Amino acid sequence: MSGTIEAETNATGLAGSLEPSVGDFVQLMKPRVMSLVIFTALTGMVAAPGSLHPILAGIGLLMIAIGAGASGALNMWYDADIDAQMARTAARPIPRGRVTADEALTFGTILSFGSVLTLGLLVNWVAGALLALTIAFYLFIYTMWLKRRTPQNIVIGGAAGAFPPMVGWAAMTGSVSIESVVMFMIIFIWTPPHFWALALYRCRDYERAGVPMLPVVAGTDETRRQILIYSVLMVITAAAPIYFGFAGMTYAVASTLAGAVFLWLAVKVWQIREGREADKAARRLFHYSIFYLFLLFALLLGESIAARLIA
Amino acid sequence: MELQLADGNDNESREAQAKRQRMRSIAIAVALAALVALFYAATIVRMGGNVADRAL
Repeated sequence: MSGTIEAETNATGLAGSLEPSVGDFVQLMKPRVMSLVIFTALTGMVAAPGSLHPILAGIGLLMIAIGAGASGALNMWYDADIDAQMARTAARPIPRGRVTADEALTFGTILSFGSVLTLGLLVNWVAGALLALTIAFYLFIYTMWLKRRTPQNIVIGGAAGAFPPMVGWAAMTGSVSIESVVMFMIIFIWTPPHFWALALYRCRDYERAGVPMLPVVAGTDETRRQILIYSVLMVITAAAPIYFGFAGMTYAVASTLAGAVFLWLAVKVWQIREGREADKAARRLFHYSIFYLFLLFALLLGESIAARLIA
Repeated sequence: MELQLADGNDNESREAQAKRQRMRSIAIAVALAALVALFYAATIVRMGGNVADRAL
């Protein structure tokens, strides 16, 4: 019987295994995205005024990470059909046949409720509510509503990825303040040039899967123009922590230099429009954008730690 | 021939599946134990010195 099942699954092109491993469930949580979420949430926590017992702070960070993982699993559940058609996502656990869609849905749902309730009960309910909003926004607004309908999908949907520092801040203070909104805005404005750079060199993938990313709908020239506009806005937004007084000289100098490099790469993407060099420029901007965001939050984190040590 | 191959792989696959299932069970047990420890630690931290300070 199991031989028959195996033969059938192989015939459909799925992997032979019917028992998912622990690693498959870890993959469902998008560990790379999770690591950025943990890092930005940690920055929000350390930059926030006041203090929280280290055990409660650790629980807060863990729940934010699990909440992010939960939304990743729910996203993979809903998007399994288009993931199977794209080279970048075809090796994910559901398209490979390692995890069923139902298993991913159950896993994501349990982790969502578990992380929100635990964060609310053990840390505070403002943070719990914000985490719930993050998961709901990513699943219902981005994944289910916007992603397959509009080229503005990642512009609006980018909010989901921008919430973690705000949740971290709320975990420490029980409130939302202008500083946490600024950190939210940095990630929010950073998301479009980051994703559109990827979409430029993965354009055919998105086209095949029927995802209306900007290059597919409006063309690559318009995408290059939008990348440049958003890059300028992002560099301006990245200067806001200096204006609002929660970033120091190190951040001011390093973020300005890093922002100049970002703009230069965005100009290169705008200028080089044909052939392999165009793909290369887009790839370079995409990879640099990850480093850039990491750098901004590392600077904020480093300065906040230094300020706490001195105080 | 193909059927024989499928049968030959079957035992190995069954063993691999059983191993994965065992690992999943262990992971669930560890997660539940961690959750208990987490709530226990958070309760102690939240109570703080209030237990010692209560009226007897």
